[in-house]
Amino acid sequence: MKSLKSLFTLDPDVKVLLPDGSTHNLADYLLPSALLMIGALLLMISMFLPYWSMTLKAPQYPKGLKVEIYVNHLQGDMREIDELNHYLGMPELDKGGQLERSISYYAIIVFGLLLIAGVFVHNQWAAIIALPILAYPLVFLADLFYILYQYGHSIDPKSALGGAIKPFTPPLLGEGKVGQFGTVANFEIGFYLVLGAIGVILIGLWFHRAAYKPLADARKRVRTAQAAA
Amino acid sequence: MKKLALALLWFAALPLVACGGGPSAPTPSTGLPADAAAVAQERGLTADDIYAAVKTYTPSGKTDPYIMLASGGQSGQMLVIGVPSMRILKEIAVFTPEPWQGYGFGGSSDAVLAGGKVNGKDVLWGDTHHPSISETAGSYDGQFAFINDKANARVAVIDLRDFSTKQILKNPNAINDHGGAFVTPNTEYVIEGPQYAAPMSWAYAPLDQYKDKYIGLVTLWKFDRLKGRLDPANSFQIELPPYWQDLCDAGKGPSDGWFFCNSFNTELATGGVELGNPPFEAGTTKNDTDYLHIINWKKAEEDFKAGKGEKINGMAVLRLKTAIEDGILYFTPEAKSPHGSDVTPGGEYIVVGGKLDPHVTIYSFQKIQDTIKAGGLSKDQYGVPVLPLDKTMESQVELGLGPLHTVFDDKGYAYTSLFLDSAVARWTLGGPYASKHPEPGWKLVQKLPVQYNIGHITAVEGDTATPGGQFVVALNKWSIDRFANVGPLLPQNFQLVDIGKTGDQMKVLYDMPIGMAEPHYAQIIKVDRLKPFEVYPQVGWNAETMSVDPKATLKQEDAKVVRNGKEVEVFMTVIRSHYAPERVQVKKGDHVVWHLTSLERTRDATHGFALSGYNINLSLEPGKTETIEFTADQAGTYTYYCTEFCSALHLEMMGYFLVEP
Repeated sequence: MKSLKSLFTLDPDVKVLLPDGSTHNLADYLLPSALLMIGALLLMISMFLPYWSMTLKAPQYPKGLKVEIYVNHLQGDMREIDELNHYLGMPELDKGGQLERSISYYAIIVFGLLLIAGVFVHNQWAAIIALPILAYPLVFLADLFYILYQYGHSIDPKSALGGAIKPFTPPLLGEGKVGQFGTVANFEIGFYLVLGAIGVILIGLWFHRAAYKPLADARKRVRTAQAAA
Repeated sequence: MKKLALALLWFAALPLVACGGGPSAPTPSTGLPADAAAVAQERGLTADDIYAAVKTYTPSGKTDPYIMLASGGQSGQMLVIGVPSMRILKEIAVFTPEPWQGYGFGGSSDAVLAGGKVNGKDVLWGDTHHPSISETAGSYDGQFAFINDKANARVAVIDLRDFSTKQILKNPNAINDHGGAFVTPNTEYVIEGPQYAAPMSWAYAPLDQYKDKYIGLVTLWKFDRLKGRLDPANSFQIELPPYWQDLCDAGKGPSDGWFFCNSFNTELATGGVELGNPPFEAGTTKNDTDYLHIINWKKAEEDFKAGKGEKINGMAVLRLKTAIEDGILYFTPEAKSPHGSDVTPGGEYIVVGGKLDPHVTIYSFQKIQDTIKAGGLSKDQYGVPVLPLDKTMESQVELGLGPLHTVFDDKGYAYTSLFLDSAVARWTLGGPYASKHPEPGWKLVQKLPVQYNIGHITAVEGDTATPGGQFVVALNKWSIDRFANVGPLLPQNFQLVDIGKTGDQMKVLYDMPIGMAEPHYAQIIKVDRLKPFEVYPQVGWNAETMSVDPKATLKQEDAKVVRNGKEVEVFMTVIRSHYAPERVQVKKGDHVVWHLTSLERTRDATHGFALSGYNINLSLEPGKTETIEFTADQAGTYTYYCTEFCSALHLEMMGYFLVEP
């Protein structure tokens, strides 16, 4: 932690003067701001990377069929997967999570703005502001599970094979089976970036608290002293 | 200290060396596994057989490094064969309707076939002889292939993006050809040489007017690479004496701008065995020599562009007189009844095999040019300057009986087919090639018996500026006892020959029966030069225009039937496992225009479309759009269905075509 701080110690003689006359290193204040900004940056980058993928494997698809989920779009072999799914009467992949995808960019931009706000809010509210971001991966997973559940439970009984299969939910992580296809679900780099961002934000909040708690205390002391005077 | 450092380096390097091989390194073979050895013994396989098997066997799932495009002979088609596995990959329909590809059964290919009409009459077969892959700087570029139809003097263009025929052109002034198709080094032109002389535009003339009315005619078809089509408006022809010109080859490197065709009836024989005349076979072989035709096409092109051609049936023809006066045409003697006229990879020499002479004659392009410059040449009976043989010849190599056609490898060897000896001759080139092989130049090295009666011969890129070596294929005319008896019409035998080692170590590796026609020439290209589509680039692709068809239906929701008076236009989508619409109803006498678009994007998800009773069958590869047009002249209930087993519900992929009385 010391070394992390020393990165931001531009000059050990540059100090922050608190209201009670005590001094703190400038790094104590730069570090939490920087970490929150790094968290915001990682979230921004994750918008352009896949969060989750599912690969379908069958003998006649030697390269497999893969679909990658980004926050705002799908990429990969959706066309062929949809083509196969129509036999089961499953909805098109693109139909799932349309609302979420349409607002995802705005949500992440809001997260970024919240983190910037966090830099300027110097009390416990900073942690409250970051709460939606901490909840973000859980919401993503819960929503994905819901979408997958919807896919597996929206089988059109009038389709060619719709009557022959029971409703199912493709697994969120790991291997499963649908018809002749083995499925493998994986988290992808975008999701790991989000987890990384949360880690960085949590550390940032810790330092945030470590920096601004003494400031608040100093203010309190000064106020108490003024009141006493 | 220095020593210690060195020692440390050694130790550091050791694990690297130890790991270098990795798990994929082949373990040195100590012999056949016991069970394989038992099979070899049981089947009586020799060590040579096992070598051949290992050299050619292509395990399941592995693909060939080379592709051979072979003439399909009388089938009128072109064969695509993997080398060295010798597996037929495909038969490209060219001059003959072919239902699997939907070629000539209602789709856009009908128009391609119509381009090959002769005097307005359908000619629905061809005698394909010489495939020619398009070249850039004298090497195959893998973009297009051309092939001629000897029987009717036609040339076809095949696009190697989808391995399908895009154009057939009927030669307006010739009725048969043989010296085609051969391309110039950058595919500026496709050369279509003649064969049996006939009057201009095959007009009637009695044979006693042979000398004056009959002509030879070589055509230079301009190739428009961007459009992927031959361009008749920018093509021209050169009139030749009626000498029955045979194979041609374009010069390259120093000889670029010229091409060379041989001939075999300088006797002007007109046959008539029934009248007591010598038959053609004797009449055309009376003289000891015929003439190698040396043609300056760059000069001819200048003349054509200067408007010196005479327009005949829409085609500019440079008359013989012009060709002689402007230095376009020269002759030099060649051994009688020659076949191949083959330019060496560097373009320095032309090799000619005379079927009835045991030698190949090697002409030097430089000597030819020097002799032309020196002037003072005698003329033949038509006034064409004749370069004396002793002035143009570089060398002669005695190979054996019946040398026909010559190809080359990367080690300075030439390979000539010997028809009568039924052998492949390997011999050495001299001059700049002499340092590439251990033997002296211009010498026979080995004669390898082949089974039987080899005609053409082909080698990996063996007629280009950059031959690949490794393999030769002997294109044998007879197979006699090489395959199980399947009746009196026997398959031909394509024999794969290993030429990987120098000296006299050529070996026959494999016999491949060709049981659908008698092919002539073939070319072998390295697979990585080909860049074919896996699926058509976009949904709605018109394979004829190579662009998205304005009549394509891109979404199933847009499928519809539009009636306009007696004209019914169907916009149909095709995807596993249904057509949309599945019911098409018209009235008897309606004219139906039916567009079909495959919405598939998955490799190999091809559908067919067969319409009962109307002679219609299409192949709809992923993304393709086709249009059929017909008059519903028979009332009744018809079915259409998918003719490619596309999916588990393939049988259900059908629809009803109802024609109300």
